[in-house]
Amino acid sequence: MSTLDDIGLSTTGERRAVTASAGAAPDQDWVIVTRQIKREYDMGGEIVRALRGVDLAIRRNEYVAIMGPSGSGKSTLMNLIGCLDTPNGGEYWLNGMLVSEMSDDQLARVRNKEIGFVFQTFNLLPRASALQNVELPLVYAGVSAEERKKRATEALERVQLGERMHHRPNELSGGQRQRVAIARALVNRPSILLADEPTGNLDSTTSEEIMKVFEELARQGQTVVMVTHEPDIAAHARRVVVLRDGVIASDEKREQFIERVGVTHAAH
Amino acid sequence: MPFFDAIRLALSTIRTQKLKSAFTLLGVCIGVMFLISVVSIVEGMGRYMEEDLIGKLIAVNTFELRSRPNISIGDVDEATWEEYRKRPRLEITDVPPATATLPEDTQWYLYSEDNVQASSSTSGKPRQVRALAVQGDYFAVKRMGVTRGRLLSEQEVDRGEKVVVIGPDAADRLFPGLDPLGRELKMGGVPYRVVGIGESQGKVFGISFDNFVIASFRSPARRLLNSRPNIVDAVVIQSPSAAAMTENMELVRAAMRAQRKLRPAQKDNFSLQTADSALEFWNKIKGYLVLAGIALPAIGLVVGAIVIMNIMLVAVAERTREIGIRKALGAKRRDILMQFLIESSTLGTLGSAIGVGLGIGLAQLIAALSPLPASVAPWSIVVGVALGAGVGIISGVYPASRASRLDPILALRQE
Repeated sequence: MSTLDDIGLSTTGERRAVTASAGAAPDQDWVIVTRQIKREYDMGGEIVRALRGVDLAIRRNEYVAIMGPSGSGKSTLMNLIGCLDTPNGGEYWLNGMLVSEMSDDQLARVRNKEIGFVFQTFNLLPRASALQNVELPLVYAGVSAEERKKRATEALERVQLGERMHHRPNELSGGQRQRVAIARALVNRPSILLADEPTGNLDSTTSEEIMKVFEELARQGQTVVMVTHEPDIAAHARRVVVLRDGVIASDEKREQFIERVGVTHAAH
Repeated sequence: MPFFDAIRLALSTIRTQKLKSAFTLLGVCIGVMFLISVVSIVEGMGRYMEEDLIGKLIAVNTFELRSRPNISIGDVDEATWEEYRKRPRLEITDVPPATATLPEDTQWYLYSEDNVQASSSTSGKPRQVRALAVQGDYFAVKRMGVTRGRLLSEQEVDRGEKVVVIGPDAADRLFPGLDPLGRELKMGGVPYRVVGIGESQGKVFGISFDNFVIASFRSPARRLLNSRPNIVDAVVIQSPSAAAMTENMELVRAAMRAQRKLRPAQKDNFSLQTADSALEFWNKIKGYLVLAGIALPAIGLVVGAIVIMNIMLVAVAERTREIGIRKALGAKRRDILMQFLIESSTLGTLGSAIGVGLGIGLAQLIAALSPLPASVAPWSIVVGVALGAGVGIISGVYPASRASRLDPILALRQE
């Protein structure tokens, strides 16, 4: 069942569907499957159990929000899904690859090929232009300079920033910065777009603008996973998973979530 | 990350932090600068010694058979002097056996020389000149021609006729304002007729070599030069090549040992002096000078290494978030390690390149302002730049490995 060889396969590679215990059917094309993943931290002798066994399965083309109050373990889950960290227990399958057993360098390679990060604080390199920032994942993928420039330009045009690609982050507005970050996340054609509080540093108008970009990407078939603590942002997703105390408290469709929580969401 | 992208990244990082980079480079820069200038000056002095000083005294592929060396720069101890003093002098009767076995293509001459008083009817009081009594291929080996008149003929030399070729300085002293050709000068009361004015032999340390009077060894002049008339100062043997010179030295050594009836256990009681043997002492000093020229800048380089390491550690701390971003986007440990190593080695190389430029400038400046000559050795440039790069790499290893081991989650959290 070892899938380490699969790391070399890009999005064109044939993926193996993995049956998740959490009701995932064997014939489905699952991007993310976790089985009882646990993560504990040793905080000065005191063991903090951030995740206590999470079963989560996400299909290709899904648009999922992961919600929860602070301390619910949603950041820990995001780090695990984003392959920045590995669980203490359980299994994490990403695109048919068993990520939970990987070495640091293998994780780096998976992050490069499969994950597109969008952070709350944008995390752009301040001294690099928008174009150079977007090229960065391609540099680590070993793409030639010419091809890098072409693909990065395309990605920036996709987020309507073709005009501003030679500007540095400090010459761009918050919304523009986040769109550069989205272009950077998409440039290597990842399996999932993983956003951590993508509107946390933006005003409500700009937030709506970014949410529109996400919706459009989801409509085009991009798998999107978004971590947030704001219910009205979470309500943009088609499926909402709520974490509480390191376990999944609810996992429902948007309509059910809106009905239950009572968000007054203006979309559609 | 591809190598060239890493270098481009390093250069742009250095460019955006010009002042900080400049201070970082300073240590390496100064170290390499002194390395280059010291080596250049030692090299320049060496070239001067070899080409000008010794080269003028001893011609190419030439060795001298003498009782004891006459060019020895300082490093002869008391016991050696004692041994030199006990050596028998070289006699005219030693010369035919010593030179008998030399091949046809070898040229040689014998000579004695000393400063003697010479006078002429126009000089007034006697003047000191360097008198040489020669026999053999003197003018051919010395490559000396005449500016006026003619050289001594073979017959004149063989018969010991009282004719001389004099140098331009001797001509000025003995015959001021007159044409010396055909005139007479007196040495030891014996008159000699001037037949030619020899070409100038140049100067060393400002001392002219042109105050010479050359006579036949068979003329009475030789009596003025040594305590006994049959003593020869040296036999000078010039071979067509360096290899032939080595062979001829062995021929002469064997012939002289037979002539002196030395047993195998006994050491030579004569010397075969070459330009190399005269330079031996200089080469020894040069070794120490080069060593000092490397040891002192080495201190600068160590300081430079510490500075670079320090700055790189600061850079890693300052750019923790950048490292986190790069790792999140797929940079492996190796990528981060290489990025910082290349940055530090680029700093080192840049510093040493500037140091090479400044060092060459400093050497030229010293050469222009002092009598010390300077000659930039190409190897010192290569060594200088390589040292800088090496210092950069070595001092970058620790900061770079720290950067590469950062946890991406913690690094991203850094403000």
